Amino acid sequence: MTTTGKNWGPLHPKTETAQPAERLAKTGLSRERQLELYHFMKLTRMVEGRLGNLYRQGKVVGGLYSSLGQEATAVGSAYALESQDVMGPLIRNLGSMLVRGVQPREVMMQYMAKSDSPTGGKDGNTHFGDLKRGLVAPISMLGAVIPVMAGVALAGKMQGKNLVALTYIGDGGTSTGDFHEGLNLAAVLNVPFVLIAENNGWAYSTPVAKQMRIKNIAARAAGYGIPGEIVDGNDVLAVYEVTKRAVERARAGAGPTLIESKTFRMKGHAEHDDAGYVPKEQFEEWKPKDPIERFERHLLGNGLAGEDDLKAIVAKIDTQLNEEVDFALASPMPPPERAFEGVYA
Amino acid sequence: MATVTYLEAIRQALWDEMEQDERVFMLGQDIGTYGGAFRVTAGFLDKFGPERIVDTPISESAMIGCAIGASMMGLLPVVEMQFIDFISCGFNQIINFAAPSHYRWGQQVPIVVRGPAGGNVHGSAYHSQNPESYFHHTPGLKIVAPGTVADAYGLLRAAIHDPNPVLYFEHKYLYRRLKDELVTDGAPVPIGQARLAREGRDLSVITYGAMLQVALEAAGRLEGDGIDLEVLDLRTLKPLDQEAILATARKTSRVIVLTEEQTTGSVAGEVAARISQDAFEWLDGPVHRLCCPDTPVPYSPTLEEAYLPNVDKLVAKVRELASY
Repeated sequence: MTTTGKNWGPLHPKTETAQPAERLAKTGLSRERQLELYHFMKLTRMVEGRLGNLYRQGKVVGGLYSSLGQEATAVGSAYALESQDVMGPLIRNLGSMLVRGVQPREVMMQYMAKSDSPTGGKDGNTHFGDLKRGLVAPISMLGAVIPVMAGVALAGKMQGKNLVALTYIGDGGTSTGDFHEGLNLAAVLNVPFVLIAENNGWAYSTPVAKQMRIKNIAARAAGYGIPGEIVDGNDVLAVYEVTKRAVERARAGAGPTLIESKTFRMKGHAEHDDAGYVPKEQFEEWKPKDPIERFERHLLGNGLAGEDDLKAIVAKIDTQLNEEVDFALASPMPPPERAFEGVYA
Repeated sequence: MATVTYLEAIRQALWDEMEQDERVFMLGQDIGTYGGAFRVTAGFLDKFGPERIVDTPISESAMIGCAIGASMMGLLPVVEMQFIDFISCGFNQIINFAAPSHYRWGQQVPIVVRGPAGGNVHGSAYHSQNPESYFHHTPGLKIVAPGTVADAYGLLRAAIHDPNPVLYFEHKYLYRRLKDELVTDGAPVPIGQARLAREGRDLSVITYGAMLQVALEAAGRLEGDGIDLEVLDLRTLKPLDQEAILATARKTSRVIVLTEEQTTGSVAGEVAARISQDAFEWLDGPVHRLCCPDTPVPYSPTLEEAYLPNVDKLVAKVRELASY
């Protein structure tokens, strides 16, 4: 296996403004499926909008994390999975979870620590999983889920389930020992595994340049003897296509792939963080590359949807989210005695 | 009934599990072709194949993480640490991923992490450790430490079938020194139950692992002094058998907790605290911890002998407490 060097462009291509933004990657996806991608990206952003409101109302008892600007990476990659596949989403992969069937109310109740949340109030935010839906809950220690997902892939292989395991890591998370140990183990065992490194420029307040001396995280794939791909993380079709290729390669028994998604974190690390340390020019550079607006221009410009179609999708989500918020708010706080339950299986 | 070593009992438990349950598989360093650093898995590769006897890179965190993921998918992985000292390299996976998983999101993580613990073999600072107290603090884990051939076999089989992450600390000093008859079709050894290894009237020694043999030998020597020792073998360190601990303390009113850990922050300290809190009125003297000093494990035999508890030190401590 070799690392595919030909796709590697500059870190943040300057050609963006010269090319019409609607010229996204070529895809075999039908109009209906592309509209579904649009639905999930828009749903992600609108759920996070509602969560922001709940946060400002004091209803979110802990921190609130946003994937603003990164929706295409989460949605496009998750959309490339089959139902038997297993995924380990991180904190900026709400979109991936929604694609896997997580309901907005589940996430809202998690953030508000409600009794009916998937963890019953025991854990918050997107820290929950459900193997029935192929979801493994992450932990806050970055990189730790990589060997765990390698184990999921190994088990799938042993059990003949024909599944692929996929998880994510941020640019900062690639500096952990588990990134190396986990990816190396997955490569050596040749398990069906895909790792998406979301290079969003910043790990909390630390820029990529202080995290690593290389321009492209994908270059690290060579150290494990696996393919490394770079994708425009704000092009949902490109993310879908590159993930699909990696997933198919894994399913065919060719082993893991490392995909670097070049994107940008348009907010702070969490809601409390105004990201004052990020140079304004970076936000200005990335604003026109907004993945949802680009996809809208693609859909409209290529005659795949009219303004009314998109408005209808948004209106439907809005109505749904009214119900989701009401449901989540109505859930009580958990009974205190639950604190002592469930330590052991 | 065959007479086997403590190591052979471990090997037999793994063999029987691998043979009887296809969900069981092993991850470890040099466990395949080489058969493991202590030959626990010699012959396993030929019998069970490389799919189920998985040789891994030197990556304890990834090995344990990989086991966690596989266990979530319904398999029953057993991870071998070449020496248990290296479990610290997989600490995060154990305490942050495996241990709280069921509490956090209801997901079982039925893994076993096992490996040779303990000193008295001149292994120095990184091949002699007793890491139980690092993990004893963490909710969601179970910890077992067999001190007999029967428990080496029975507790391992119980650990593999427990739905929780279990740390199985086998004592390398006992590997080939301890021999006994092994019944492989007897009643299972339940996790969480201590065993009264010797009944006595005058003073209780609460212990586990290789120190069990020290306690039993001391008990024999003290018979001549007219001191009748009771010896409680904890077998499971987490969750502790509260009932058995309090019962022996209330019976003899004098207790020494004998372990091979460094003293501060030890499991022995937790046992002593529980007795002090819940059996105070029954006590005729302070609960003693007879453990190792708060130093790394030294290499030279003269230093290691000074470091480890032994029969002489226990006998002296028993006499001191008996006359309190």
